Amino acid sequence: MFRLFSLLVFFAIAGFVSADVANVYDFDTVQQEQRFQKLAEELRCPKCQNQNISDSDAPIAKDMRDEVYRMMLDGASNEDIVNALVARFGEFVRYKPELEKRTLLLWATPIIAVFGGLLIVAGVVIRSRRSDGRAPTLTADQKARAEKLLAESE
Amino acid sequence: MYPELGQLALIIALLLGALLAVVPLVGSVTGRENLQAFARPLASGMFVFVGLSFAVLAHAFMTDDFSVAYVANNSNSLLPWYYKFSAVWGGHEGSLLLWILLLAGWTLAVAIFSRRLPAVMVSQVLSVMGMVTFCFLLFIIMTSNPFDRLLPNVPADGADLNPLLQDIGLIMHPPMLYMGYVGFSVAFAFAIAALINGRLDAAWARWSRPWTTIAWAFLSVGIALGSWWAYYELGWGGWWFWDPVENASLLPWLSGTALMHSLAVTEKRGVFKSWTVLLAIVTFSLSLMGTFLVRSGVLTSVHAFASDPERGIFLLGLLAFTILASLTLYAFRAPVVHARAHYGSLSREIFLLLNNVLLVSATLLVSIGTLYPLILDYLDMGKLSIGEPFFNMTFSPLVVAAALLLGVGIFSRWKKTDAGWLGRKLLWPLAVSVLVSTAVILGYGDFKPWAFAGIFSAVWIAVATGWDLWDKSSSRKGRIHGLRRQSRSYYGMVLGHLGLAMTIAGATVVSNYGIERDVRMEPGDVAMVGDYQFVFGGIGERQGKNFTAQYGSFDVLLDGKRVARLHPEKRQYAVGMSVMTEADIDGGLFRDIFIAIGERLSDNAWAIRLQYKPLVRWLWLGALLMAAGGGLAVSDRRYRLKVRVKNSEAAPVPPAKEPGTPAGVVS
Amino acid sequence: MRRILLFLPLLAALVLGIILFAGIGKDTQTLESALVGKPVPAFVLTDLHNPDIKLNQELFQGKVRLLNVWATWCPSCRDEHADLMWLAHEKGVTIIGLDYKDDRTDALTWLDRLGNPYHTVIHDPKGTLGFDLGVYGAPETFVIDAKGIVRYRHVGVVNERVWENDLLPVINSAREDS
Repeated sequence: MFRLFSLLVFFAIAGFVSADVANVYDFDTVQQEQRFQKLAEELRCPKCQNQNISDSDAPIAKDMRDEVYRMMLDGASNEDIVNALVARFGEFVRYKPELEKRTLLLWATPIIAVFGGLLIVAGVVIRSRRSDGRAPTLTADQKARAEKLLAESE
Repeated sequence: MYPELGQLALIIALLLGALLAVVPLVGSVTGRENLQAFARPLASGMFVFVGLSFAVLAHAFMTDDFSVAYVANNSNSLLPWYYKFSAVWGGHEGSLLLWILLLAGWTLAVAIFSRRLPAVMVSQVLSVMGMVTFCFLLFIIMTSNPFDRLLPNVPADGADLNPLLQDIGLIMHPPMLYMGYVGFSVAFAFAIAALINGRLDAAWARWSRPWTTIAWAFLSVGIALGSWWAYYELGWGGWWFWDPVENASLLPWLSGTALMHSLAVTEKRGVFKSWTVLLAIVTFSLSLMGTFLVRSGVLTSVHAFASDPERGIFLLGLLAFTILASLTLYAFRAPVVHARAHYGSLSREIFLLLNNVLLVSATLLVSIGTLYPLILDYLDMGKLSIGEPFFNMTFSPLVVAAALLLGVGIFSRWKKTDAGWLGRKLLWPLAVSVLVSTAVILGYGDFKPWAFAGIFSAVWIAVATGWDLWDKSSSRKGRIHGLRRQSRSYYGMVLGHLGLAMTIAGATVVSNYGIERDVRMEPGDVAMVGDYQFVFGGIGERQGKNFTAQYGSFDVLLDGKRVARLHPEKRQYAVGMSVMTEADIDGGLFRDIFIAIGERLSDNAWAIRLQYKPLVRWLWLGALLMAAGGGLAVSDRRYRLKVRVKNSEAAPVPPAKEPGTPAGVVS
Repeated sequence: MRRILLFLPLLAALVLGIILFAGIGKDTQTLESALVGKPVPAFVLTDLHNPDIKLNQELFQGKVRLLNVWATWCPSCRDEHADLMWLAHEKGVTIIGLDYKDDRTDALTWLDRLGNPYHTVIHDPKGTLGFDLGVYGAPETFVIDAKGIVRYRHVGVVNERVWENDLLPVINSAREDS
């Protein structure tokens, strides 16, 4: 009887225990958790050798994560949070460069490259169409030489 | 005594390299066969002495010779013997020696496997490779001598190999990577030789192709190993960071893939010659630039070797000489006259050209993303960071576009493909792909547009490839006969493309449907990640060979049943006192479970990083498949048959028809 | 015309080479401060020597000063301490100290033992002011002008060379403006 009772108690407590643990940075919804993760991945640790603040162990990275967390709980938007950190640490901590005059070439490159390439391909196709079917004609001399060569290599 | 022998061997190799760079080249240009004949023996000699040098350095490591500065900086008496060996390439000087060893090795390989080539071509190719080897030997002897001694104050023990590098991944990753980088020097040498002797034709393309393909295969394996190593070793579960050093390895891969495909067109149809030559030069230049970026301190990266401005300048000079000289030669000697070939707008040639456009755009994109911070800093326009968000946004669409084109291009024919025929051919594969992709997406979770694009790309490639194989293997004598009839070259292509599909699938699924949680756990706690339960058993301590570790015990349950028991650790290494996070992973073909211990939050509580990573292994398996495809393609009969053509200079026309090439092979 | 096109790759390589050459030897790690030209952020913290005294950003009004971020756990701060003493006593520079993420008792003992170059020391146990200033690793030294505007930030130890080449010119120009 006692064993049954203790078994019941065990399961009762086990039921409690299997309730989920809290995140280090805890949020109410999964979306917010994911939003936090994504933000942390987009911010660069100013002290480390090219790591985002999510992956870095540096104290400053932890401080930045804490600040992102605090601001998210306060209801700030992604833009607000990133701007707040940029205001303190500079554009350096932004992993996705803003579209401004100095980064125009950067963002334009893929587009220019692809469209430039497509133009070239179009040009190639058009040029190939123009040389349509006209097989190179040989002079009598060249013909004779060609036949001699072919005969040799048989 | 021995280390000096190693240095001497390098100097002898340098002299041989100088001779190799000059003598056969002179012989080829003046028509003196006796000078050309020096090429092969010089290549062998150069390899022997570089090999000797490498052996001496390895010996110094294995015998704990701490009088050699490089050994003292990178090794330790407590290091297990296999790490002592791999420590040879753990630092700048030694890895450079490995690079040169492989370069000499490829040179020797070209010398051995080029019996069928005209002597003039061979001497020029070997001369160019000799030049490159000479430059690197000069660099290592003058600025990065691995044999510098610490006499008379020999340290009692070494500073130890960086714990991050004490790993099987390190043993294999640099050699594979370097085999790829250095292998592209062969295509480069062929290109330069062709520019020098003016013999730029389909035969040249045929000779270059297998060398390019093998180098590409090795580079694929090297990059995959690096990604896998970062994944399990660096403790965060990431597999690609768009770090400058990683990008430096991706650039020659992208360009090399374009080169591989361009060579196919030049070989088959004799067109795009100038473009292919340029690609060969660019690909090797990118390999060299990668070497420079990693060792010069110009860019910040966790991967970079210790930087030294003097070395940076020397290396840049080397780079400048090689690249500027070859591009100048190209500008003056590349043919401007167009080959009179005719191809329709939906021909295979055009599809491969489009493939090149996308790959070159990707190369440009990654280059500019990597170098832009440097450019802005040079122009005093401030410091900027370009990372994952930028690359993911711009690179992914290119991959999807390339994948879509691949599927269509597989069905295309050389010279001309009828639009209506092509359209009809694509209908069924398209329908099947849409169905399968939708099923996969819904199977993994909710519908995300980019995830669908990625999965569809992968499925589309696989379905199109399979469909084409089915078509080609239909035969009156039965399916098996039809399958047997296809060349290894064709199957190489099939494997290569399927490998790409696998990698794309892995990348898409793990990025979109992977789950990561950073949780606070005390012993006894249970955390939920997706459908998995993680039970924290507690923290223990253990002693390793050269470290002490605190390890956590975790049971992972799925539907109440235990699927894994994991022990992630935090290690403190005896020498150097660095603390490393060692994640533990339960790997599987379709998913990985990943646990890493973070910081201690209180007496009893720890921050634990838990991850569910679906299909992550497909990333690397796909790369291995791609490499296998390359290997298979290279073993094709046409590279192994003796050709009954007179080996004379008076044969500008490639051999009429080779025995053994099945009619209708389109690869 | 076509031949000209073939020279493009060469040109591109040349340009790239120049940029890479210029990049050699450059320090990729030091960041310029994002606060240059902006006022010292608002704060309310206590004086290290007297916990009852509350300090705020008004502390920086009136004259040009240096703000030195330091901590007892930072070995480089120990290195630069003698130079700071020299600056404060020999050169008459007013230095405000920011004791960053430090224990009050430890800090006081440290200053007692080594000497105090600071006019005032702000105690920032949680590092909030440091964070707002964009401090990412001690030691760092700021030049603040008479209106409380940040003029310059130096990352790393301050020594005679840094003083002569980097800090003094900024201080002089700030003094001229006020």
